[in-house]
Amino acid sequence: MEPFTQLSAVAAPFGMANIDTDKIIPARFLRKLRTVEKGYDPWLFYDMRFDTDGNERPDFILNQTPWRKTGIIVAGPNFGCGSSREGAAYAMLDWGIRCVVAPSFGDIHYANEIQNGMLPAILAEEHCAVLRAQLQASPGTSLSIDLASQTITGPDGKCYHFQIDSVYKERLLKGLNDVGLVLQELPAIEAFENKHFARMPWLA
Amino acid sequence: MPRTLFEKIWQQHVIVDKGNEALLYIDRNLLHDGAFHAFGALAKEGRKVRKPRQSLATADHYVPTSGREKGLANVIDTDAREMIRLFDVNGAEHGIRCFGMNHPQQGIVHVIGPETGFTQPGITLTCGDSHTSTHGAMGAYAFGIGASQLKQVLATQCLWQRRPKTLRITVDGKLGAGVSGKDVVLAIIAKIGTAGGTGHVIEYAGSVFRAMAMEGRLTVCNMSIEAGARAGMIAPDDTTFQYLAGREYAPKGGQWDEALAMWRVLPTDDGAVFDHEVSLDGNAIEPTITWGTTPEEALPVSAVIPDPASFADANKRAHAESALRYMDLKPGTRLTDIEIDRVFIGTCTNGRLDDLRAAAAVLKGRKVTVQGWVSPGSTQVKRDAEAEGLHRIFEEAGLEWRASGCSGCAAMNGDFVPPGMRAASTSNRNFEGRQGKGARTHLMSPAMAAAAAITGRVTDVRKLMS
Repeated sequence: MEPFTQLSAVAAPFGMANIDTDKIIPARFLRKLRTVEKGYDPWLFYDMRFDTDGNERPDFILNQTPWRKTGIIVAGPNFGCGSSREGAAYAMLDWGIRCVVAPSFGDIHYANEIQNGMLPAILAEEHCAVLRAQLQASPGTSLSIDLASQTITGPDGKCYHFQIDSVYKERLLKGLNDVGLVLQELPAIEAFENKHFARMPWLA
Repeated sequence: MPRTLFEKIWQQHVIVDKGNEALLYIDRNLLHDGAFHAFGALAKEGRKVRKPRQSLATADHYVPTSGREKGLANVIDTDAREMIRLFDVNGAEHGIRCFGMNHPQQGIVHVIGPETGFTQPGITLTCGDSHTSTHGAMGAYAFGIGASQLKQVLATQCLWQRRPKTLRITVDGKLGAGVSGKDVVLAIIAKIGTAGGTGHVIEYAGSVFRAMAMEGRLTVCNMSIEAGARAGMIAPDDTTFQYLAGREYAPKGGQWDEALAMWRVLPTDDGAVFDHEVSLDGNAIEPTITWGTTPEEALPVSAVIPDPASFADANKRAHAESALRYMDLKPGTRLTDIEIDRVFIGTCTNGRLDDLRAAAAVLKGRKVTVQGWVSPGSTQVKRDAEAEGLHRIFEEAGLEWRASGCSGCAAMNGDFVPPGMRAASTSNRNFEGRQGKGARTHLMSPAMAAAAAITGRVTDVRKLMS
């Protein structure tokens, strides 16, 4: 997994609360195979981006010229609630979005972002609201994010400290793979299994 | 020190505790036909399934609910056909028990877990689906994961996890006639919000849940994720044990007695402390439906559509405004004045035998005025319902009686609600586009959906019961 250290990119404000993973990628696209050549970016926010005839909706933010190269989303509360579909993380990542700043996240989606080397940065809603207003006022503005110091620098140079759990921060900074981290503990796992299944053999 | 149900299970499954994170053992894992991303990643990394017997797989998301006895070749949607084919291939390659499309035990993953006894009290259980919270109704710690974490469980049978906080929701009292587990959980979500449980495991406690049958408990825990919770749990008791006894994967003979002794000490000790507590009055819960596009936008059936301007929270106000636009509804409209175009009864939330009985009791001897279909939660539920003649009640009323699958809830198998149409649905999510592009969803109980099917509008089922 590619480590995440710093990111400077165009940031798009998504003010609405509860952006669910069905919105991020509608279910009908989850059957698509994902390859290096053909990513999930065409399906990102599909029903918000396109009308029923498949034409771009000009009022949707990612269809507007300054935000076509969005690399960061600044969202409202409870981003990524709902379905566990990892396709939501794939679609953002394949589009080029590597960080979502929000006051809170759906639990499963939060884990999915971490697993894909994306940064789910938790920032108080009052600060997110300021950033969203600034980004809306000057379309195409960038934000700078530094994971090591847990800071986001706004368009006006103001610095915000965001929250991320220390264990996830380390994983992202080093680009660690969870399967590898688990298998380091194999002797402990096997010892646990011996004891556990001796007590409850019907579960083995 | 007194411990909660969750804490007891957590402590029994921690292999390595690093304080802020623990390596957790996963007793059982469920798979469905959307798991191909995880199998693909496993193959790419050259890994094998470490404990195939601790997984069980069923095809539910992509399977059609009609015409499938004609086999895979008859599945018109080529992408869906490929998903169902891959499901069988992956299961066979990794030696995992698989209930494929035409297997007699096929069903929705969250229905067949409890139904086969694969889900048991005290275990940890994962599945690559957010509604895995369902299984907590059996007294398990069960939670949904994404494809990457599913790959980890398959490869290692373990997960690194932060310990969640605990939230106890106590509902005391007695539910009125026509009020079910669905109404209780919608009332809970309306109160605490779609993020009210984020980062928490909910334990549902109180006389309402003690008196509730397994089916109702499964419905309640199923929708824990709609309150943002990682899991929902209900203490195992005689209702749980009677439900489980004799099921295929449940312990038998002397092992049953040993298991029972362990399960009986799982419930939360007196004096155990939760991080948060919420309570509701069970006597006051009415049949409840959603009016908006998130499950917290729910109200008793006697209510009117609220005016977003009356919402103090700016985010909630903006959401409600957008929801009313999408739903094409106006503030002040009585919920019972909302006209319905489609009815869908089934799903991992409300597709069990008790749910179908509740809907059939309302439909018996009546005719529906809108199109709709019933998809039992599993092929076993289908057989049981047919043995009781429920299918005839649905068909005589004018609803279609289909095969089992996620159907119009995930809307990935060709079953969907057409654009602009309004559905009375027993599913779990009323998100924009969830039941099909432009589809408008009102979540409600099976009895309420049956009532809406008869009158063609949202209806208080209690008025059809006397």
